[in-house]
Amino acid sequence: MLSRQKLRIAAFSTAVIAFAATSGGALAQKKYDTGATDTEIKIGNIMPYSGPASAYGVIGKTEQAYFNKINAEGGINGRKINFISYDDGYSPPKAVEQARKLVESDEVLVVFNPLGTPSNSAIQKYLNAKKIPQLFVATGATKWNDPKNFPWTIGWQPSYQSEARIYAKYLMKEKPDGKIAVLYQNDDFGKDYLKGLKDGLGAKASMIVAEESYETSEPSIDNHIVKLKATGADVFFSVTTPKFAAQAIKKLAEIQWQPMHLVVNVSASVGGVIKPAGFENSQGILSAAYAKDGADSQWDNDPGMKKFFAFLEKYYPDGNKLDGSVVYGYGAAQTMAKVIEMCGDDLTRANVMKQAAGLKDFTPDTLLPGVRINTSEADFAPIDQLQMMRFKGEKWELFGDIISGEISN
Amino acid sequence: MSAVDEVVTEAPAVEAVPKRAMTLGYGTSLVMLALFLIVPLLVKNFIVFQLTMLLIYGLAVLALNILTGGSGQFSLGQSAFYAVGAYTSAILMEHAGVNYALTLPIAGVICFAFGFLFGQPALRLSGVYLALATFALATAMPQLLKLGYFEHWTGGVQGLVVTKPDAPFGLPMSQDMWLYYFTLAVTIAIYIFSVNLLRSRSGRAFMAIRDNEIAASAMGVDVALYKTLAFGVSAGITGVAGGLGAIAVQFVAPDSYTITLAISLFLGMVVGGVGWLPGSIVGSAFIIFVPNIAEGISKGLSGAVFGVLLFLVIFLVPHGARQVAIVAQQLVGKLKKN
Repeated sequence: MLSRQKLRIAAFSTAVIAFAATSGGALAQKKYDTGATDTEIKIGNIMPYSGPASAYGVIGKTEQAYFNKINAEGGINGRKINFISYDDGYSPPKAVEQARKLVESDEVLVVFNPLGTPSNSAIQKYLNAKKIPQLFVATGATKWNDPKNFPWTIGWQPSYQSEARIYAKYLMKEKPDGKIAVLYQNDDFGKDYLKGLKDGLGAKASMIVAEESYETSEPSIDNHIVKLKATGADVFFSVTTPKFAAQAIKKLAEIQWQPMHLVVNVSASVGGVIKPAGFENSQGILSAAYAKDGADSQWDNDPGMKKFFAFLEKYYPDGNKLDGSVVYGYGAAQTMAKVIEMCGDDLTRANVMKQAAGLKDFTPDTLLPGVRINTSEADFAPIDQLQMMRFKGEKWELFGDIISGEISN
Repeated sequence: MSAVDEVVTEAPAVEAVPKRAMTLGYGTSLVMLALFLIVPLLVKNFIVFQLTMLLIYGLAVLALNILTGGSGQFSLGQSAFYAVGAYTSAILMEHAGVNYALTLPIAGVICFAFGFLFGQPALRLSGVYLALATFALATAMPQLLKLGYFEHWTGGVQGLVVTKPDAPFGLPMSQDMWLYYFTLAVTIAIYIFSVNLLRSRSGRAFMAIRDNEIAASAMGVDVALYKTLAFGVSAGITGVAGGLGAIAVQFVAPDSYTITLAISLFLGMVVGGVGWLPGSIVGSAFIIFVPNIAEGISKGLSGAVFGVLLFLVIFLVPHGARQVAIVAQQLVGKLKKN
């Protein structure tokens, strides 16, 4: 009788102690800001699903599919991701409206991967004033790496300027007496590359013998190419978006100008640029990359890309593996998931930002072997490594080391 | 001879609207005013921001309404005037440190001059030709703003960030709330000015030109002067709206003022009812909220859904919100009789 009672008390008190220990521990660990609970994390996003840049809308759809995959697999630390993505039509005022809707009406924890330099410029001040993380913005402008003035904004892809510096390093080594002709698109994209190239060449900036700019509204850039050839340059640096990059490759072949031809990363797509311009015209072209190309057969047996293809098949059957934007969205979403995972149960905005600035040697499945994501309190440029590549046959061949284009301040 | 025939037999571009039908009665106006005053106190800051944008686009649509509904001239170039107003305010605030409230009249005057000057060559054009000329203006504007020559002031493609004003005199009010009431005050002032303008001698001249240009000139109306004047007034009001828009959004960039904006404003005018000034607010609500609704229905097909909704509106109520208001008025009248 007595022993039974004792036993009962003992059991009860152990249970109480155990409960107190676990719940007390949990109370000490779990911290939430608006947008995160025990069961759900709200992530906001803004994409141009309509308007002039709607081709990039695929990125948002890929990210949605990726978070669906995570939720189907049980979520992150037991929490499901609620991904809320709105259309801004690439218009800055609309982006402001959508950002405010995400923050004040949907009450998201963070705004992740909003696309476009103008749209991000428009919402940067608002998000920083409200202390909402503006994570991994989808633009290559250099200004996102500014933790002192904008501690709540962080980039993702290599900036246009750091890529241009890599070309500058390569040129100074391989062609120190080269005469460089630059063709660039007359907007922030083109001007950032030009600045990066000049900064990278430094004292040797006089290697640039000609600069020509074109407007996206021009139907053809042929006359610019002819003009650049006449300068006698032996290096052609093509800072162009896909349509114009393909035109340039064709025109060079047509007028039989065979300089060293450099094409920027955004236009290095085999499916979107090289194939339409013709493989026979594209031999020997140089570029740089940080992600694997879904069209390139050398990655068919790569474990990371196998995971990527399996994901496409199961969660995003409409996704085109040849489209660089799909590869991009996958990598960005994976980085976001990694940061949430690192946050553990401390889902405050401050901690999300701290973890995003504390990525060490993280490698999403779709990045080139050797390219790693590293961030710190003073370095808000997650990817700043690229590798040079040369087009041969029907695919790109990577060569040389992984080069860092880090901009040292 | 044949040219004259053509002009005379040509149907007026815009259906004649009696001037009393252009406004609301006193009772309805007061109810609307009370709503605009009270609603912001009850909703979240985000909605207050949307209401501010509603008023701002409402002003821009009103400006177009004066031009098209009042004087019968078309314009697809309102985004250009809006951009000039926005940039004037932004540059004055950020580079010259001028108070935000003072930048608005300056933006208005500059846009008035710009519109008046543009109205001069546009005089020779009418109907679709005028629409095309203004269309050219709208497509050229974003590129002009990107020009390296102006980059020091405009910030080029990167645009300019504008500081949002705090409520003055230490009023216990959020920035959004203050900006809303400030915008409301400006909107009411401009609305009253517009109503009075259309009821005045000049307003009658506008409408005479709209209904029949030859008859108007036979009555002694200086057609050239009043046509350009209508352009100037419309551009001036659009400029003030642009300035307010820059302050509310806190950012100006060339990509904000593309032809899409001009078409949206035109759409707002048609949906609100051409020539019916209160309809401007309804039209503005349409261009702000309906794309959001369309996006809620289908993300991939938001454009198509928007098109279907627009088609339904045009098909069911071709005269826009004015038609709905007239029906409502008749219903109320019947109820009163019973």
